[in-house]
Amino acid sequence: MSLRSPLGAVLGLGTSGGTHHWWRQRVSAVLLALLGLWFMAALGLAPHRDYTALHLWLQAPLQAVLMILFVAVSAYHSVLGLSVVIEDYVHGAALKTAMLLSVQLAHLVLGATAAFAVLKIALGSAA
Amino acid sequence: MTSDTRPLSPHLQVYRRTYNMVLSVLLHRAAGVVLSAGFIALTVWLAALAAGRASYAEFAALAASTPGRIALAGVAAAFWFHFCTGLRHLAFDTGRGLERHAARRSALVAVLAALVLTALTLAAIFAPGGAA
Repeated sequence: MSLRSPLGAVLGLGTSGGTHHWWRQRVSAVLLALLGLWFMAALGLAPHRDYTALHLWLQAPLQAVLMILFVAVSAYHSVLGLSVVIEDYVHGAALKTAMLLSVQLAHLVLGATAAFAVLKIALGSAA
Repeated sequence: MTSDTRPLSPHLQVYRRTYNMVLSVLLHRAAGVVLSAGFIALTVWLAALAAGRASYAEFAALAASTPGRIALAGVAAAFWFHFCTGLRHLAFDTGRGLERHAARRSALVAVLAALVLTALTLAAIFAPGGAA
């Protein structure tokens, strides 16, 4: 018979940081709901969406900052959400870890690319 | 390593399908995964816009093609479904609307609202003179 207490036997075997993950997911969800509404309204209601009009639009500081925030919070919320899906449905530690890391790396690359694109447009000369 | 013996979320197929499960898994999660793919499209769109007129013309042509339009419509629908079911889940998280009738009613409201918002968005995107 083991001398370890029932608690000692299971400590560290479950997930860790679940509450923190849950909270970050909710906070990013609320931010993204607001930014997403802005994005859909701005693009949906814009009369012109051609190259020149979009450049002029993104060169306004407010739009540029909001777009970078939209990109950043989207990437963050997307990583959290995909992580939950992978953790729930992918069984097998190696594949799961590989997929989680790939998702994080992909979002890092996508987010940096998108943010750089917005900065290039916002700080560049008029189109 | 003991990690392979850790408890896992039960397989979906062992449960009888219920209203809330279909709404949660099918609509909210699947729409979320579609939106993650949409994030790639968002990045490509911004990168094409930053790269210059020629690149953006290529992107616009791709978006205006039939597969492009279908993808765009899919992402727009995923956005509104994830948005509406997401607000519903945020309300659940505050302890509201968890009773069976309230949950069924909010499910219906979320789906109807998502359908209306998707239709409005598609009308705006695909209107004559629109970008796509």
